[in-house]
Amino acid sequence: MKKIRVVLAGQPNVGKSSVINAITDARLHVGNFSGVTVEKKEVTLQRDGFEIEIVDLPGIYSLNAYTPEEQVAKQYLLHEPFDLIVNVVDANVLARNLTLTFQLMDMQKKMVLVVNMVDELQKQGGEIDRKRLEELLGIPVILTSAKEGKGVEEIIGTLIALYQAPKPKNKLFYDERIEEQIGKIVRVLRKSPHFQDEGYARFVAIRLLDRDEDVYKIIHDLPVFIELHELLGSIYRELELEFDEESTADMMNDERYALAKAAVMEVVKKPNLKESLTDRIDRLLIHPVFGLPIFLFFMWLLFQITFTVGSLPMELIDGFFTAVSEGVKNVLPAGPVQSVLADGVIPAVGSIIMFLPNVLILFMGINLLEQTGYMARTAFLLDGFMKKFGLQGKAFIPLVSGFGCTVPAYMAARTLKNPTDRIITMLVLGFMSCSARLPVYVLFIGAFFPTAHAGNMLFLIYISGALLGLLVARVLRSVLFKGEPEPFVMEMPPYRFPSLKALGMELWIKAKLFLKKAGTFIAGASMIVWFLSSYPAHPEIRADFMKGPAHLAGAQKAQIEHQIRARELEESYLGYIGKAIEPVFAPLGFDWRMSVSVVAGLAAKEGVVSTLATLYAVGDADEKSHTLLKRLRENISLKAAVAMIIIIMVYSPCIAAMSTFWAEVPQWAWRGFYLVYPNVLAWLLAFGAYRLLDMLGY
Amino acid sequence: MKAITECAVGTCGRVVKVRAKEPVKGRLVSLGVAKGAQIRILDHTLAKQTWEVECDGTRVALREEEAAQVFLEPGECTA
Repeated sequence: MKKIRVVLAGQPNVGKSSVINAITDARLHVGNFSGVTVEKKEVTLQRDGFEIEIVDLPGIYSLNAYTPEEQVAKQYLLHEPFDLIVNVVDANVLARNLTLTFQLMDMQKKMVLVVNMVDELQKQGGEIDRKRLEELLGIPVILTSAKEGKGVEEIIGTLIALYQAPKPKNKLFYDERIEEQIGKIVRVLRKSPHFQDEGYARFVAIRLLDRDEDVYKIIHDLPVFIELHELLGSIYRELELEFDEESTADMMNDERYALAKAAVMEVVKKPNLKESLTDRIDRLLIHPVFGLPIFLFFMWLLFQITFTVGSLPMELIDGFFTAVSEGVKNVLPAGPVQSVLADGVIPAVGSIIMFLPNVLILFMGINLLEQTGYMARTAFLLDGFMKKFGLQGKAFIPLVSGFGCTVPAYMAARTLKNPTDRIITMLVLGFMSCSARLPVYVLFIGAFFPTAHAGNMLFLIYISGALLGLLVARVLRSVLFKGEPEPFVMEMPPYRFPSLKALGMELWIKAKLFLKKAGTFIAGASMIVWFLSSYPAHPEIRADFMKGPAHLAGAQKAQIEHQIRARELEESYLGYIGKAIEPVFAPLGFDWRMSVSVVAGLAAKEGVVSTLATLYAVGDADEKSHTLLKRLRENISLKAAVAMIIIIMVYSPCIAAMSTFWAEVPQWAWRGFYLVYPNVLAWLLAFGAYRLLDMLGY
Repeated sequence: MKAITECAVGTCGRVVKVRAKEPVKGRLVSLGVAKGAQIRILDHTLAKQTWEVECDGTRVALREEEAAQVFLEPGECTA
């Protein structure tokens, strides 16, 4: 079967993912671009005997890459093999989008223009002359409203037809004076065997006028370089003088902008502009006085819903796993296999999956903020405030994403172009409690605080983590870095109704990753914990206890059984490890079980709960009345519980997050600093809180 | 010729100069804040630290420092 490789390119906020999601019968694959941690969405489908593979590139405003994500998209366009480009643009801001379209057309590849969100334009009385646009550009144009699924089906058919058709003639020409110089550069380039393809030579010539350093690198090693270098010098001078610009890059930008405006003038019937919905919403949401309180209210609401609605299915899930565990006990003969499954793996995996609803609700909330366009408003509102802490408004987006998961948040920090702004943001990002830490908080709040205050306690934990992050950022900025924060220029996309399909898709991917993690990593970790807590076996402990009065009844028997379990655990490998690190945590009032679970939390934060479950509940796995909550209350003091919450809030995030940080930050000094300081800070803060509560008499 | 920061909210005009350095300049241009574009000052925060402008239907947020480098010739609000 013939394979057609397609790249999907476009500016941010044009609805590229809606286009991808609206393509039916396609298999979606989510991965990373090779060597970097930028998400890569790929869909494949079969149609008319062709296998079509579409790669969704990160949004780019122009080929003059600005952020690392744009760099990824650009490198892909420059160096990866593909057959066709699908360029998605927003009908409402066509002129601005066309400047990128022109840059893509310069590449001389077969290309389809998808004009999305046409419905929005039409609703306001606007219109786009598709035929005329096709004539002007010389490429097929498709009008879509991807969110409603309209027009998207046409894309695939057009792709196949275009793939089989001969290459269309290039219709994009710049000012005569510019074309003349492009011709000169092309003539020199074509002396080199690398530029036999005339279209490619033209593309490189244009990029050289755009002062594109990546393209400059391509020609740098060619034999024609010296001749080219001299020629370019004189061309730059000539054009800059003629167009009265500081650089030919400005000249090219102006040229494309003028062409785009002219094209839009011809093909778009402008809508009757009344006051748009966005204007009206913005008047309230970014109001100088009410804006911030409204934002805080939304955040508070999000955490309330996460906690209350998310806890509804918990008992169901818990009951299900208890039943499975019982079932395993009935089916399998007693022994190590039965024990590792029924006492180790199943309860541990169950205790994680219980939190899936919470995690999904929180993630959905953050996703909604992003999709509706509200996230950009919060950056606008908060920039002045963030600046005081040595951060910038845009840092707010990775920081809030940190509440979902620290791993994508570290990656989101890439939108910060200045390395200093970025490293400060990344260093404090861990203090934004990720959703994997939610189970730990829920567990401890449930055990030590009244249900009526649970939502407020959770809110308090998240807010104080965020404040701590800001304070640390301030300190880092004034102690370690001097200098101005990076410039702040950001698009404020119009408010849009979120695409439910895209939202569902994101949640599905998230749920799948979460379950995979629970099924593999956490199941594996709990098996290790089970092994460490069950060996070496000490039959003599049981024998010792049994020496006493042989037939005890009821409560007393359970009491003895409980003590035997506790003794056995203490004499296990896990007990030894816990004892070894106990002195570190002893000033915080932790017992060895808590110490072990804190260490387990370094592997994955969910591991804290499952380890506690194993360590505290293993003693009476058949006593259904004894829940983990009760065991915690019996064994841990309130002040130790508070210290524990603080440790979880502040200390190093999980292995996955730490390795992401290492991948994103090449400097060894920062890597080392990052490994040490959160843990020291966590311990000191927990110690302080413990002592304070102690003095207050708790 | 006035910088954005010298204008009141609601001012319209035509962009005549973008004095910002690369890469900020390139970013502004690709967001539509380019020489010759119609611009409208939409909003600023309480302390005027952050500004919001609209060019050709695109809203752009920028900080005081960058806003001070974009100059416009005030005129009629066309649309």
